[in-house]
Amino acid sequence: MLAYYLRLGIRSLRRNPILTSLMVLAIGIGVAASMTTYAVFRAVSGNPLPDKSTQLLVPQIDIWGPQSRSEGRDMPDALSYTDAMALMREHRAARQTSIYPVNYTAIPPDASREPFSVSGYATYTDFFPMFEAPFQYGGGWGAAQDAAHAAVVVISADLNQQLFGGANSVGRTIRLDDHDYQVVGVLENWNPHPRFYDVNNSDGFSDPPDFFLPFTHAVDLHTETAGNSNCYGSSGRAPGWDGWVQSDCVWVSFWAELPDAAAVQAYQSYLQGYGAEQNRAGRFHWPANAKLHDLMQWMDYEKVVPPESRISLLLSLGFLLVCLVNTVGLLLAKFMRRSAEIGVRRALGASRREIWTQFLAEAAMVGVSGGVVGLALTGVGILSIGLVFDPDYARLAHMSPELVGLTLLSALVATIGAAFYPTWRAARVQPAWQLKSN
Amino acid sequence: MSLHPILVALRKHKAGVVLIALQIALTLAIVCNAVFIIYSRIEKVNRPTGINETNLLLVEQQWVSASNGDSAAGIQQFDSLLRNDLDTLTRLPDVESVAPINSIPLLNSSWTGGIALKPGPGLSDKNNVHTAYYFGDEHMVDTLGVHIVAGRNFTSAEINNKGMRDQSEPNLVIVTQDLAKKLFPKDSAVGKVVYLDGSNTPSTIIGIVERMQIPAVGWGDNFTWYSTLVPTRVNAIFSRYIVRTRPGRLDSVRRSIVPALYNANPMRVLDDDDAVRSFTDIRENAYRADVGMAVLMGVVCLILLAVTAAGIVGLTSFWVGQRHRQIGVRRALGARKIDILHYFQLENLMIAGGGAVIGIGLALGLNRWLMSSFEMQRMPLYYVLAGLVVVMVLGQLAVFVPARRASNVPPVVATRSV
Repeated sequence: MLAYYLRLGIRSLRRNPILTSLMVLAIGIGVAASMTTYAVFRAVSGNPLPDKSTQLLVPQIDIWGPQSRSEGRDMPDALSYTDAMALMREHRAARQTSIYPVNYTAIPPDASREPFSVSGYATYTDFFPMFEAPFQYGGGWGAAQDAAHAAVVVISADLNQQLFGGANSVGRTIRLDDHDYQVVGVLENWNPHPRFYDVNNSDGFSDPPDFFLPFTHAVDLHTETAGNSNCYGSSGRAPGWDGWVQSDCVWVSFWAELPDAAAVQAYQSYLQGYGAEQNRAGRFHWPANAKLHDLMQWMDYEKVVPPESRISLLLSLGFLLVCLVNTVGLLLAKFMRRSAEIGVRRALGASRREIWTQFLAEAAMVGVSGGVVGLALTGVGILSIGLVFDPDYARLAHMSPELVGLTLLSALVATIGAAFYPTWRAARVQPAWQLKSN
Repeated sequence: MSLHPILVALRKHKAGVVLIALQIALTLAIVCNAVFIIYSRIEKVNRPTGINETNLLLVEQQWVSASNGDSAAGIQQFDSLLRNDLDTLTRLPDVESVAPINSIPLLNSSWTGGIALKPGPGLSDKNNVHTAYYFGDEHMVDTLGVHIVAGRNFTSAEINNKGMRDQSEPNLVIVTQDLAKKLFPKDSAVGKVVYLDGSNTPSTIIGIVERMQIPAVGWGDNFTWYSTLVPTRVNAIFSRYIVRTRPGRLDSVRRSIVPALYNANPMRVLDDDDAVRSFTDIRENAYRADVGMAVLMGVVCLILLAVTAAGIVGLTSFWVGQRHRQIGVRRALGARKIDILHYFQLENLMIAGGGAVIGIGLALGLNRWLMSSFEMQRMPLYYVLAGLVVVMVLGQLAVFVPARRASNVPPVVATRSV
């Protein structure tokens, strides 16, 4: 019977082409707008490391005091060199790393090729296992090399392609600025979206970094941070690099891996204790204040999801709502126009349930057609995202099988949902009244 | 015409009436807010930065060098490299003037600090005004094309140089008119002394420029016009230059810059695409998201209005079909075509009016909510009133076609039984 109703549904859609195409278009456009913006939203708001995002934590330490916040600043979203090194030294987390972004000039071994800029991060050895960075060749460096301030480097698949034609380059040497580095590992294509470990310096969606090298070595070379540095009330500090690393300027990101809630609790009280100790030592003149954010809380705190993405998602949901209200109205008109037909069917013995099935089947046909139109329009939408959003975001959104399924499904569900009221009205048609009036 | 019969008839179609009214209400709420967002974006995108934006190029480059920016010798080496580059660029044909600079408006690379009337790191000093610094030489003002409205420009003897991390503060500064007014609301700021970043070194304001935006894009709304010009070449491993070309010669100068710089000193890195950018490109890049958002909102509004109009046409057509016989009876009893037309128009006016009243509430509520979650501004009431007029007119336009069809129902229909 259902197959018959579906056939009837198609027939009925053809009977009233203008009304039908209005409905199908409204649903198609509404669904396409929501799906396109949802694709972008999902791309920028996803969890980059779902299996361990609650175990990765970022501390914030109140090194500038409450006074700085009364002027509208928040607690710094990075650590000063002093504090980062203290946390590294005391090593209270299962794994931990300090990170800062650096830029160098890569000098190709082949003298005929021009030098080019490369960007990367100065980190500790724990960085790679903590963030599950996948290696193509070799691996990260060891703790001994951190301690020895060794000139070693992990390079990206891209840089490996550029310098070594993609061959296994472990053990070979690359030249950055005026220093040689031994390659210990080559990463696979790895660029989490957002690049969670650097969202305090960048938008989190830019091109992947070219290399990683030991933090201790980068500091030895007095390499400037290529990211943000924030200073507060630190004028009059000693000049040069030494003054810089001793100052209360913040520029070092710090991440700790804490396996469970108890460890997080313990680390939180450790940070409070650290603050209290600094207070006793006369460095902080205010009560200790420290916060821990896990990965997703940190994404939220750093406002990684661009406001454009949220606003346009909301806008298109509102838009879909109007399209659905519109569909309810049009379906109502369409169904009630056939009161006489319903009356005849009911008089001939069709139960209310039969009417329900028939009209919901008809609505399902509208929904499927709307889904197909919506799918085509979503395709157009995805192609033109670059016109509206930053290219960094736009290229993350693409047509996946999942998105295709979601588009069709939401069109179907939305239409059947919209059809409930009109169908209820249709099922309540009094057969006697309809038969009498004609 | 009496409204009574219309109201009675509407009560028979509660669902349809509620649906149209709801659709109009939602449309009004969304369209008002979307148009307001479009307008605020366009207003932001179109505001002038205060510099002369035509014929202006920005050059960014990095030296390949062993020296570091912390030793005095290293700083002097960078400075001589920088001055060589200035020389190279100045001697290019069709170049009017050249200056070193740390950033320009809309580049989103900022060096910010606090400017105060009292010395020392007085943290709670309420007179500490947030400002963005532009470091450059005596040609900076002319190359940017900003107008000095009081005082004077820097002279070449007043220019010094320092490393990136050098904490020393300048003796002289030029500030924007907005910043001057903020610091010295009563009298002229020229000749007055200020203290930068909580230092104890006094800096004297020697000139005031009319207007100059800070480099920040997407933040810094509380100090957009508070720029400070500093007579210092900042030396680091990278450098930026602004180049003002003769009118119409922008492209030829743009092409000649990279070869000329490589020719003068090959030990440097110039990015293929971004080493030389016109200010037009920088502006476009800075406001890309805003323009995109405005376009998206505009398209959505148009489609939304079209969908709503289509909904009104659909439901009214249905009503006309349903009342076919009644219309025939009215016509037979002496109603003119125009009476039937007016009936449907008036009916739509009432439904749309009801929907619009709800829509005004929704629009203001939505705006209030957007204000709290997206740092949006309060929407002026005339947006809602304009939106109200738009949806009412839209309703009348949409109802016209089915209403005309209704008015064409011949009176003879009344006499037919089936």
